[in-house]
Amino acid sequence: MGLEDKIPDGVILTTLEKVVNWSRKRSMWPFGFGLACCAIEMMSTFMAHFDLARWGMEVMRASPRQADLMIISGRVSNKMAPVVKRLYEQMPNPKWVISMGACASTGGVFNNYAILQGVDRIIPVDMYIPGCPPRPQQLIDGIIKLHEKVTKERLKEKKEAKKK
Amino acid sequence: MGPQHPATHGVLRVVLELDGERIIKAEPVIGYLHTGIEKTAESKLYHKVVPLTDRMDYLAPMSNNLGYCLAVEKLLDLDIPPKAQWARVCLTELTRINSHLVWVGTHAMDIGAMSMSLYAFREREHILGIYELVSGQRMMSSYFRIGGLMKDLPSNFNREVQKVIDLLPSRIREYEDLLTDNRIWRNRTTGVGILAREDALKSSITGPMLRATGVGYDLRKAIPYSSYDKFDFEIPTRTEGDTFARYEVRMAEMYQSLKIAQQAIDGMPEGPFQANAPGIVSPPKEKVLNEMEALIFHFKIVTEGFHPPEGEVYVGIESPKGEIGYYIVSDGSPKPYRMRVRPPCFINLASLPKLCEGGLVADVITNIGSVDIVLGEVDR
Amino acid sequence: MSYNKEAEKFIEEKFGDKIIEKIIFRGELTFIAGKDDIIDILRSLYEDETFAYNFLTDLTATDWPDRKERHEVVYLLFSFKDYSRVRFKVRLREGERIPTATVIWDSANWLEREVFDLFGVHFEGHPNLTKILTPDDLEGHPLQKDYSLTYEIPQFSHNKDQPPEVT
Repeated sequence: MGLEDKIPDGVILTTLEKVVNWSRKRSMWPFGFGLACCAIEMMSTFMAHFDLARWGMEVMRASPRQADLMIISGRVSNKMAPVVKRLYEQMPNPKWVISMGACASTGGVFNNYAILQGVDRIIPVDMYIPGCPPRPQQLIDGIIKLHEKVTKERLKEKKEAKKK
Repeated sequence: MGPQHPATHGVLRVVLELDGERIIKAEPVIGYLHTGIEKTAESKLYHKVVPLTDRMDYLAPMSNNLGYCLAVEKLLDLDIPPKAQWARVCLTELTRINSHLVWVGTHAMDIGAMSMSLYAFREREHILGIYELVSGQRMMSSYFRIGGLMKDLPSNFNREVQKVIDLLPSRIREYEDLLTDNRIWRNRTTGVGILAREDALKSSITGPMLRATGVGYDLRKAIPYSSYDKFDFEIPTRTEGDTFARYEVRMAEMYQSLKIAQQAIDGMPEGPFQANAPGIVSPPKEKVLNEMEALIFHFKIVTEGFHPPEGEVYVGIESPKGEIGYYIVSDGSPKPYRMRVRPPCFINLASLPKLCEGGLVADVITNIGSVDIVLGEVDR
Repeated sequence: MSYNKEAEKFIEEKFGDKIIEKIIFRGELTFIAGKDDIIDILRSLYEDETFAYNFLTDLTATDWPDRKERHEVVYLLFSFKDYSRVRFKVRLREGERIPTATVIWDSANWLEREVFDLFGVHFEGHPNLTKILTPDDLEGHPLQKDYSLTYEIPQFSHNKDQPPEVT
């Protein structure tokens, strides 16, 4: 942060958006919604080998009321769909959704009566990660791209979207 | 205890009726991951069902593959060359260790020993490295195919597996030091979730849960498949039938699996890696790219498939969770008429009310962990 | 893996009139019986000491819509004495009910619920015959052959304006 050098007395001038977005992306708490096989790769990403806490996701919150980021990992069956919708609505704003894996994004290998063909039919998704299951490196790549997306967000647009 | 819970391993719902802290009635509600795999398998050729079977018990994918391939090979009456059989044994035993590691990691994390899950997943990375070496995919490898293997074992397979086998025993001993004589672990697991032997037999329970009640039933010794009779190993059993007994059985099984894997790589025979059945098994890739007949066979197998005889078979194998069985009914067409999977976790989970009733709420989590369920297999 | 030949003779002698057909394929023994006799046969095999077929490995069903007797319920038994298996099948017409096996084994509870859910076979005397795997609002029985797989045609750029077709 080169700005600190130019201004005395520890006063930082920047736009409000930049600060807010920076702080949001740096400590996004994930809501571990592990459904099926992708959940195991998500758990591997949180563990010691590929540590996700390096990007601020230290605590995986069990309750949706305390989480920012919902990672839907695994196939969403028709019986589970109302539960997913309810959990999404329980999360407070601002919230983001990552749909991890082929089954969550589009139904994946299973094109039949029992699986929802893509979770974006019921909730809005910010980032899709392909793979069956995606490697931990792919998940980390997706999360970093989501961080970049968050830095570009404008507060005014989010406020209008919320009003709608 | 809803479908989204940090301690239910997947999407399991348990409806509990409580009296203070005691459980009067516990009823699991499942079906939140029902995928219709059995119905989907009826619309795919026999070869194309192999990746579907991977995704049922997603912690031990190679084991599911093996069961399906053995069932179809029995239906077709194919002879599998010894190299393929021994490679299958080696990789299946590594899969067993893989599954038990995840089990001990998540079970200990539920009970409170959070660092166990970090250790277990670290060990798991080594085994996933072997999967990646052999097939290119970390989890759902689909490496076992009908007639043998997908492609030949790589030249450094023995070396890599030897590295894993040298590394793991000391690590598993570390976990046992951490947990077995730990007072908190003992208090939380001994005497909890006791399952009597007669109840277990009446509830058709198989796998480590049954072996912890004293019945030494292991399909690898009872009805040996894929040349398991040439290997020398023991079957650990305990008699108490509680959570601690199941933990001990699974930890001891990991050592036995390492022993089998060591024997497998020491004595790996030479030879072809798939059966010689031109209409059923695709020829090796080099031939397909260079010879005309091989290309024609390959084309026919991929587009039309093969026609097995009419009839039905059942093959059961010992997966890390219990006896997984494949019942395949064929009517002569290239697609299976009915593929039924005998799910060990589904049948083991039906005994959860017996384990929980009369106990405390905190023990429900211990019991769910010790049954070792994988919801992908319960719901299929 | 082959079946027990003495057990085959024993079953044929004891229940000869109740067995409709016997099939031996790839070393596996299958008997077809009637729906009224099956529970007696299973119970006497459960109690019999010599062969001890007292472990129910699996209980499932198959759907043959072209036949007059559409449903075929399959029981797979296992013996710890000589590690052999025997399979019993019962053929039912549509709408016929079959007595439950929960009187002998506890595991039949969930297995029969699954057969009811996916095929529509009613088991008489079952304590709680309700859906277990499919969602509560799903009508019909998915694994029957006339229930389509409900395959949804994927959307590409050439049909992106049309709503997704469901077959």
